[in-house]
Amino acid sequence: MTDVSPQNLSLRHSLWAMFKRDMALVVRHRGELANPLVFFLLVLTMVPLGISPDPTVLSTLAPGMLWVVALLATLLSLDGLFRQDFDDGSLEQMVISPQPLYAMVVVKIIVHWLSTGLPLTLLTPLLGVMLALPSEGYLPLLLSLLLGTGSLSLIGAIGSALTVSLRKGGLLLSLIVMPLYVPVLIFGASSVKAAIEGFPYNAQLAVLGAMLAIAIILAPFAIAGALRISVNN
Amino acid sequence: MSPTVLFPAAHPVEPLLCLRQLACERDGRMLIEGLDLDFNAGEIVQIAGPNGVGKTTLLRCLASLSQYYQGEILWQGRELQSQLFNYRQNLLYLGHQTGIKAALTPRQNLAWYLGQQAREMDFQQQLEQALDAVDLFGYEDMPCHNLSAGQQRRVALARLFLSRARVWVLDEPLTAIDKAGVLKLAALFEQHSKQGGLVLLTTHQELDLKQLRKIDLSDYIAASEVFDND
Repeated sequence: MTDVSPQNLSLRHSLWAMFKRDMALVVRHRGELANPLVFFLLVLTMVPLGISPDPTVLSTLAPGMLWVVALLATLLSLDGLFRQDFDDGSLEQMVISPQPLYAMVVVKIIVHWLSTGLPLTLLTPLLGVMLALPSEGYLPLLLSLLLGTGSLSLIGAIGSALTVSLRKGGLLLSLIVMPLYVPVLIFGASSVKAAIEGFPYNAQLAVLGAMLAIAIILAPFAIAGALRISVNN
Repeated sequence: MSPTVLFPAAHPVEPLLCLRQLACERDGRMLIEGLDLDFNAGEIVQIAGPNGVGKTTLLRCLASLSQYYQGEILWQGRELQSQLFNYRQNLLYLGHQTGIKAALTPRQNLAWYLGQQAREMDFQQQLEQALDAVDLFGYEDMPCHNLSAGQQRRVALARLFLSRARVWVLDEPLTAIDKAGVLKLAALFEQHSKQGGLVLLTTHQELDLKQLRKIDLSDYIAASEVFDND
């Protein structure tokens, strides 16, 4: 039973080719990669200026603020997730490829997460300092964003796939995706708050992990189905 | 460079693709109806007709991209929708949008495409031969947005030289291609049909091929009625 079947082998090659191409595109379009990050940075720089530079005020705001802006930054990056592929016909080729669309979609979302969710997460400690986040908050903030941004990418991709065939899908996209983002936001922000107040935060992280697990399994089905509908007209 | 696989004729008399009372719809409007056609292995079929008659719509149905049709499409005698995997392994589709990324090089574009077609990874040499065949030798590693329109089209057409698919569905493959290129492609179509393949294409150019079969969609224009299923 040690043989690798040619089918599995070619699927692996196919997904690797997909991953390589999308990473090459991310590198070529560095500006788009920077867009959500710059937004994240700018908004959070404005908060102390606009509200109050007082550390006690800022530290109460910080957990929620960081999470809300991270969420909006992800939302900003969603519109382009399938747009290019739709416009240049790659999406058609993906749909009629003999390879499973499910797996290709997973690869695309991994690339999306690597280019938005991961950099956002890594940038947060820096912004935490700016918002006077108490030191107990950093670890749960990193962990919750690491788990949460994955769910954000997966859930957002459903909305992106549904609206890709519309010329102006931006508003609709936000309306579809926002309600689905709410649970992630609630558990993410509350884990940081709990840690700051000295309570355990394992429960919130566990829920975020569970949401990510469900999203990884189910969202690609929805995305693949939505893409088929979008191409089918 | 030429595909060496000869397609085994399992059922030599059975047509590859059959359309049975096919009617195609676009944006809620029936465009063509009553298509009863058989496409056999070894045929080169030109779908003709004026703009807007439904050539692309028909080809999208045949490429299993659109399910907005009534009637039946049979692949090797069985309903297409029930054996999509098998059909798609045998299909090469080239649409108006070719799936070429302007930001990437021809080499990267083709490597991705071959990956999607479940091909082994040691295809670098074949890939270079294919790019050579479409006169893009020396442009392999130049981003496609630096190439001319015709050259970008050629990157997409290089797939034909790499193809192991039996059915080629080509929507306006000759747009922006020069005369010499058209001759070369015509020869390629002929070769593919000799090997037991099937070429379905639309074009407004004159193709100088002996066994070209022309189907004029003007004969099948639908009396304007609307699909009632959504």
